[in-house]
Amino acid sequence: MARRIAIASPMGVAGETAPQVASRGPSWDGRFTVLILFLPPALLLFTLFVVLPIGEAAWYSGFNWNGFGRPTHWIGFDNYRFVLETRAFWLALRNNGLIVAVSLAIQLPLALTLALMLAEKFRGAVALRMLFFMPYILAEIATGLIFSFVYDGDYGLVASIWRTFGAEPPHLLASTDTAMLAVLIVIVWKYFGFHMMLFIAALQSLDKSLVEAARIDGATRSQALRHVVIPLLYPTIRLSVFFAIVGSLQLFDLVMPLTRGGPADSSNTMVSFLYNNGISRMRVGYGSAIGVILFVICVTFAFTYKRWFMRDE
Amino acid sequence: MRLLEKLGLAAAACLLGANVAAADTIVKWLHIEVNPAQVKIWEEVARSYEASHPGVKIEMQFLENEAYKAKLPTILQSKDRPHIIYSWAGGVLKAQVDAGVLEDITDSVKSGGYSDTIAPAALAAFTQNGHVYGLPIALSQVGFLYNKDLMAKGNVDASKIKTWDDLLGAVKTLKAAGVTPIVVGGADKWPLHFFWTHLAVRVGGKPAFDAALKGENGGFAGETFQKSGELFKQLVDLQPFQNGFLGFKNPQAVGYFGDGKAAMILAISSFYHTQRALAADKVGLSDDKLGWFDFPVVPGGKGQPSDTLGGITGWLITKGAPKEATDFLKYFISKDVQARLAAGNFIVPVVKGAEAGLNSTFMKQIAANLAKSNYHQNFYDQSLGPSVGRVVNDVTAEIAGGSMSPQDAAKAIEAAYKQGN
Repeated sequence: MARRIAIASPMGVAGETAPQVASRGPSWDGRFTVLILFLPPALLLFTLFVVLPIGEAAWYSGFNWNGFGRPTHWIGFDNYRFVLETRAFWLALRNNGLIVAVSLAIQLPLALTLALMLAEKFRGAVALRMLFFMPYILAEIATGLIFSFVYDGDYGLVASIWRTFGAEPPHLLASTDTAMLAVLIVIVWKYFGFHMMLFIAALQSLDKSLVEAARIDGATRSQALRHVVIPLLYPTIRLSVFFAIVGSLQLFDLVMPLTRGGPADSSNTMVSFLYNNGISRMRVGYGSAIGVILFVICVTFAFTYKRWFMRDE
Repeated sequence: MRLLEKLGLAAAACLLGANVAAADTIVKWLHIEVNPAQVKIWEEVARSYEASHPGVKIEMQFLENEAYKAKLPTILQSKDRPHIIYSWAGGVLKAQVDAGVLEDITDSVKSGGYSDTIAPAALAAFTQNGHVYGLPIALSQVGFLYNKDLMAKGNVDASKIKTWDDLLGAVKTLKAAGVTPIVVGGADKWPLHFFWTHLAVRVGGKPAFDAALKGENGGFAGETFQKSGELFKQLVDLQPFQNGFLGFKNPQAVGYFGDGKAAMILAISSFYHTQRALAADKVGLSDDKLGWFDFPVVPGGKGQPSDTLGGITGWLITKGAPKEATDFLKYFISKDVQARLAAGNFIVPVVKGAEAGLNSTFMKQIAANLAKSNYHQNFYDQSLGPSVGRVVNDVTAEIAGGSMSPQDAAKAIEAAYKQGN
């Protein structure tokens, strides 16, 4: 600020800058104290629990190491090559893609439609909102267990529905063709309520007068929705898409109780693939390589997305 | 990651340590046993040892099986490691020995003729390069448990199932009679790997396995292992398993057998017990309805009919453990205590003479089988260590699911073996 003024009015250099410096002193002191007090703990924790593990993972990914002793057998980038040569890795990547696609194509429209209906005040609206939000509150592990019973081909709900139609019930989780589909259904069921709540919150904070103005100008309900409400929701939609994609990349605890990534790796996500092939096989280097790849994907996505779609926020 | 786990462990150790009264020596014993009846006997053994050894306290800690396997490397490398830990021997034990986290107890075990009381093959499993690092506690055998009623319904005489073709024939007959021939916990994968590995034991015998470890004859991609996959595929092609078998976890499958819904299960001998606890009615099949036949032989196979596949489990002493830990372990693996465990039919004991305590015909038969076996192959997923063992589990599940050819399966195992060694 001081410099800009100085340039703008060369006449008053001395007069202008002197008070600026004087006033900058104490404010800098204040900020300095804040920095000294609040930065180290955050920086320390961040370094200890975020930066250090990432660095360690990158380091371990260069070793063939079973977790015992110190890693000694340096193999360079071989672990990355092994990962990329694993069919299960590409399946996991495909599954993550599927989850994103389903989130965008089914979950978000569903959540938005419900939000548009439930954002208005009518009897039972709050109860319905709670009802739809409920699955989100449930722990992932519990959800997985519940649905593994629902899908059970002998005793499950799905089996009894099939039987009422006189058909032989399928074992959805036991077939490579249907396991991922079954997982996707649970994902939509579990998370649409969360996105619905995001949209409801956004809808309620919308400036109603804009919609009213559009209506007075002769816009039909659907026109007002298309040209006024939805565009105003764009920031929330972008946020919701962001959550859906990041959530899909992290998905693990829902998959384990349902299918453990099987059969034949058909329902692995990136993280369950990491667990099955890295941790439970005690191949720390290989697992770290998967972790690093996942990290790169996440970071690339997060920054690109923020740069391209969330510039204004 | 490691640091985080260390912190967590340290915190856990503080919590655990807090409720232990000060004793002169504390022996920390980490186990994974879930059967309360068996744990109760162990507790009694520990208390009676404490009574006769003042100043020593035996502290039992528990971890769930899979959690234990995942945490073990970290636990072993912390300062607060337990003194006695559970082990399946094999490749994991070798890695632990190489890392120097185990105590060499050779002298203590050899002293006073103690080691002579233990079955040599079982003790050998806990010996590396002539050094003893732990003691075995029990053996188990893999074979077919069958339901006599269902076999009768399908008109199959189980005592006549001697060869692999006999088994395939029995499966066809049972299917024709509307009986589910075999139940298997395919989601856990390892129950499926028993088929493939036991076939390998029959087809190639000990020489084939030893050669594969040395990378000879094409290693695990060699003829024996391709043949095992092909034979397994013959069975799979008959669709012998219950509907949705790839979605069944092992406890579910064992319970299914206990409920009397399938004629056979390729079982570890201990399933004889667990089928009762896991059956819907908690009763399961009674002894008179339960039969056992050994895994069928393969004509022309190099393995002996008496060769067995199964587990060798035991306890290891970790580096820096007090000598009381070894002393207690020797007391625990002694004839008296083993006979007590045998009397409950929990284990096939490893101490000579303790098998006299076995009082069920079934367990006696298993003990006799193991006694006459010259080649007892430890479970592949244990003996090859997790990095290769899990791949064996994966590919056998893939053969069973029809998504991988026996040849590719064998190649995948060999590739994993090369990557890991």
